[in-house]
Amino acid sequence: MEFILQPLTLVIFFPLVGVFALLFIPKENKDAMRWTTLIVALITFGISICVLTMFRAADVNLQLVARYDWIVVGGWNIQYFLGVDGLSILLVLLTTLLTWISILSAWTAVEERVKEFMIFFLLLEVGMNGVFLAQDLFLFYIFWEFTLVPMYFIIGIWGGPRRIYAALKFFLYTMAGSILMLLAILWLGIYGNTFSVPDLIARGGIPVNIQMWLFIAFALAFAIKVPMWPLHSWLPDAHVEAPTAGSVILAGVLLKLGTYGFVRFNLPLFPEAAVSAAPWMALLAAIGIIYGAAVSYAQADIKKLVAYSSVSHLGFVMLGVFALNPEGVAGGILQMINHGVSTGALFLLVGMIYEQTHTREFRLYGGLWKITPVFGTIYLITSMSSMGLPGLNGFVGEFTVLLGAWGAGQNGVFYWGGVWLAAISALGVIMAAVYILYMFQRMFMGPLGEIVEEAKKHGRPIRDLNWREIAVIAPLVILMFWIGLYPAPFFNLMAPAVNHLVGMLPLP
Amino acid sequence: MYFGESANYGFLFLAPWLIFFPTLGLLINVAFGHKFSERTIGAVASLATGAAFVVSIALAWTLSASHADVLRWRLAEWIHIGAVSLDWTFRVDALSTTMMLVVSGVGTLIHIYAIGYMHEDVRFKADPGRFQRFFVFLNLFIAAMMILISADSYLMLFIGWEGVGLCSFLLIGFWYEMDTLGQPSWSNSYAAKKAFVVNRIGDYGFLIASFIMFWAFGTFQFDAVFAKAPQVSQGLIIAITLFYLLGVTGKSAQIPLYVWLPDAMAGPTPVSALIHAATMVTAGVYLITRSAPLYSAVPIAQNIVALTGAVTALFAATIAAGQYDIKKVLAYSTISQLGFMVAAVGVGAYVAGMFHLVTHAFFKALLFLAAGSVILGMERGHHHVEHAHQDKSKKGKKKQEDRGEIFDPGDMRNMGGLRKTMPVTFWVYMAGTLALAGIPPFAGFWSKDEILLDASLHNPTVYWLLTIAAFFTAFYMGRQIWLVFFGTARHEAASLAEESPRVITFPLIALAILSVIGGAINLPFTGFHHFTHWLEGALGKVEAMNLDTQVALVSTALALAAIAISWFLYGRAPADAVRRDPLETLGVLFKGMNGKWWIDELYQALVITPYVKTAQFLADVIDGRFWHDWFHDSVVVGGFNWASRIGLDVYADQKGIDAFANNLGAWTQSLSTMMRKAQNGFVRSYALTFLLGVVLILGYLVFK
Repeated sequence: MEFILQPLTLVIFFPLVGVFALLFIPKENKDAMRWTTLIVALITFGISICVLTMFRAADVNLQLVARYDWIVVGGWNIQYFLGVDGLSILLVLLTTLLTWISILSAWTAVEERVKEFMIFFLLLEVGMNGVFLAQDLFLFYIFWEFTLVPMYFIIGIWGGPRRIYAALKFFLYTMAGSILMLLAILWLGIYGNTFSVPDLIARGGIPVNIQMWLFIAFALAFAIKVPMWPLHSWLPDAHVEAPTAGSVILAGVLLKLGTYGFVRFNLPLFPEAAVSAAPWMALLAAIGIIYGAAVSYAQADIKKLVAYSSVSHLGFVMLGVFALNPEGVAGGILQMINHGVSTGALFLLVGMIYEQTHTREFRLYGGLWKITPVFGTIYLITSMSSMGLPGLNGFVGEFTVLLGAWGAGQNGVFYWGGVWLAAISALGVIMAAVYILYMFQRMFMGPLGEIVEEAKKHGRPIRDLNWREIAVIAPLVILMFWIGLYPAPFFNLMAPAVNHLVGMLPLP
Repeated sequence: MYFGESANYGFLFLAPWLIFFPTLGLLINVAFGHKFSERTIGAVASLATGAAFVVSIALAWTLSASHADVLRWRLAEWIHIGAVSLDWTFRVDALSTTMMLVVSGVGTLIHIYAIGYMHEDVRFKADPGRFQRFFVFLNLFIAAMMILISADSYLMLFIGWEGVGLCSFLLIGFWYEMDTLGQPSWSNSYAAKKAFVVNRIGDYGFLIASFIMFWAFGTFQFDAVFAKAPQVSQGLIIAITLFYLLGVTGKSAQIPLYVWLPDAMAGPTPVSALIHAATMVTAGVYLITRSAPLYSAVPIAQNIVALTGAVTALFAATIAAGQYDIKKVLAYSTISQLGFMVAAVGVGAYVAGMFHLVTHAFFKALLFLAAGSVILGMERGHHHVEHAHQDKSKKGKKKQEDRGEIFDPGDMRNMGGLRKTMPVTFWVYMAGTLALAGIPPFAGFWSKDEILLDASLHNPTVYWLLTIAAFFTAFYMGRQIWLVFFGTARHEAASLAEESPRVITFPLIALAILSVIGGAINLPFTGFHHFTHWLEGALGKVEAMNLDTQVALVSTALALAAIAISWFLYGRAPADAVRRDPLETLGVLFKGMNGKWWIDELYQALVITPYVKTAQFLADVIDGRFWHDWFHDSVVVGGFNWASRIGLDVYADQKGIDAFANNLGAWTQSLSTMMRKAQNGFVRSYALTFLLGVVLILGYLVFK
């Protein structure tokens, strides 16, 4: 009992209760499945809130630790080791929040194989929370790979016309990226005689040239997941084909597994390597910001635009993380949350209109604000949050990231990059306005688009949001304002952990 | 040095209500607006802004009673991470209270005017439901503007700075599905987008300046920055001030980023008056004045600021003289007048700049609102014309032909003789014109003269540029007066135009009075420098200057001459249906003035088209065909397939995965069928099975 009642174990594995319950529900009874899943996801969210209340931000050590020997054979010492700190607490909350939101969003969108869909979603939640909470490299790797499976099926079964291609691509890329990481993990486990991350960090002393290789092995796996430019090619495919709920989780959480990996593993495990790699990582991040923003603007498909904007937004996260100062890293972590909230919301909104119009081509849209004022207003707020309008969440993250990057450039962390990397990245702020406003204009302003007539002809004129849809989006909108107007609690949660992490780095 | 919160004094605790009142107003209108009558919606919004005005007065009183230079009120902590330590603090000093009074005071009048204006506008455009939305946006703007001017740090200022940008976007694009003539079009929404994007380019400058500032000063807080300024290198301060100048050129519509403001006239007229003339666009002038200690430390940057302003003032004035649209003239006039202000703060004449900001808020808001009244009058006239035509065609039983002509109520070529049909509008327009033209003793004369005087002492180039610009100002305003109000009607609509109702004329008269006597706050005579002394609290000791007869005579003589010339060209022979502008004889010069010197086309060719082309190239060729299609799909996937066929003989295809999915479905189904058999209908056994399952799964995972 003691084991099960540990809060972190519960957060991770409680969704399995739902999986189990779903197996009993007859397949005709779709609503019962939906409700069961939703309730289980809500309870999981509640548990994560309990974790938050037990969490003490001032303590930089891992908290609510669950630690048991698991596989101890020969030189192998694998543990069931969970713990939460300021770097992960917000991401766990984001995961549990977005999971129930996604499930609620799929209420009417998923009619086929509801049971399997819900099961995969709950399994996905297990994997994602596991990644954020595992403190043993081996356990982490299991969760990391485990997340691939449900997502693969969510894209492959409930996706769009080219779903198989997209699902396979998603699977293969992440899988291929992880192979080297597995080798690096095994090397570390044998070298340190433990897979425990805190122990490995405390032990330290990995020769710098080996650190470099290990860094690259981890970085490759994470960079594909993020995705960092130029490894982003799987992302637009996956997003365009995935069902709405899948896109939300993919953008909202799965991409964060990569950025989180950098913060959790690459920086503290390989500090010397991280410092030498910083300018290169920041350069890739800066290119990603500009490239993603430019390519977004040229898309004809709404979802593709949002997908490419993720490349740009996650560039900001990576830039912040590799600024290697408290402003940058904290900004980067906050930006992970912001991206989950804003881009998650954008995917939800695109999904809501797609459900009615069955097209995502910009040229068929126009003037929607006139007939769907609530939808238009929420879309506007979300767009503004995504383009970093001050007063909403995106700005706080972007600004601290850029501020940190500028400082890093000035203090020599970026070597040859100097402040130029920050200056160029900041151009992304202008370019974001260009593609976001283009999207908003094409969809909501101007004369009424073809889809409006088309929908009328089919006897289903476009309607405004219903109460379920508003309930789906409302928590995210609240978060946009909350983080934008009063970010202090969020920064306070992570500040000590971030300062501690940055303090470990041998900065120039 | 401690720059924290002040002890509460007087009404200081009301400071956050500058923002809360308008926010409350907009929330009430969002929540209940659909149940309210138009009158109630307008009253709620106006009262919210009026309440902010009362708060501003209370704060101004508190400030002067406290004898402190600055009072601060801390609302909440904002960002505390790493070296950043930033609170949401309200700053009450002479400069910010001046802005608060102008914004909320003029703002309230414009809200009242808008009740009347929008009542008709939404009907001409056949969407009365949008009345509510207008006042929500207007209150949102007041809230954002208050954040901007009550900020105690550069970063908080930036929140409002971009916030007002959003409101500007929303209000320019208020009629987002049409063009300025009400025809279905993308053009208004393009204007809105253009304003936002151009402002963002300016904001880039603001951001970069803030980054440099933070790492040089370690803070964004105004006083802390100014206190440390002497220890920071000149080069960094030059960089900071020039990057802020980029922000200023965006927000205050100066060269090179002024291009959004003329298009912004797509917004309803109260918006043009409030946002794009009186308040938001002056934020740049406010920023430079606020940063006076920084700018004053670097004369190079000051010179660049002054020249930017002066060149803009002249450049925009030449364009204004060549426009036919009544609001476009005023738009370019605004750019030009903002140039005067920027030039003033550039030569270090912060008081003169702020003084002109205040009087300009009065007379330019007046001119825009009066122009709105003219446009409404023309629309009413046009309405009568159409009715008459319809009646006629009914009587004659002729087929009603579409006349194929779209009526433009803002085109001055359609007007003429309106002084008889719209007398109140005419008289207030005259007051605004004389103030703008700089004829004594109207408000604009005093403030403009102070700028010219300061410029003549510090920078002769700037002085001459501004003097010529002042000449053009008087000329284009004279031209407008003759074309609009004198002569005879050149369109049926103008002859049938009607005066506006009182809800519109009342604010006009109030603003007209301010435009006439507003200069009294700072007369250039010993003992009358009230405004100068008031601002000393924020700016430090300022040398108050008395009237310089030479400067005043030159500018007045030039203004009168310009009006005389405009009379000679437009007023002498009352133009009846002249469509040809006498200036057209200037040939290419007039084409340039009328065509805005082709700057829009230049930007299109140099910036927009290349950006779009590059984005498309990156998306289609680099990211699409090369990286996605060729490298990943051919090389990587092809290679993988080849390897797997050779090595593993596993080839995933649609069939395979569908089969897997089907099997999976069958598997879960059979599992549930099996499970159902185990059900016996009792909650108890459900619970037991649940628990068993959880234990089994967790146990397996742990003890495997």
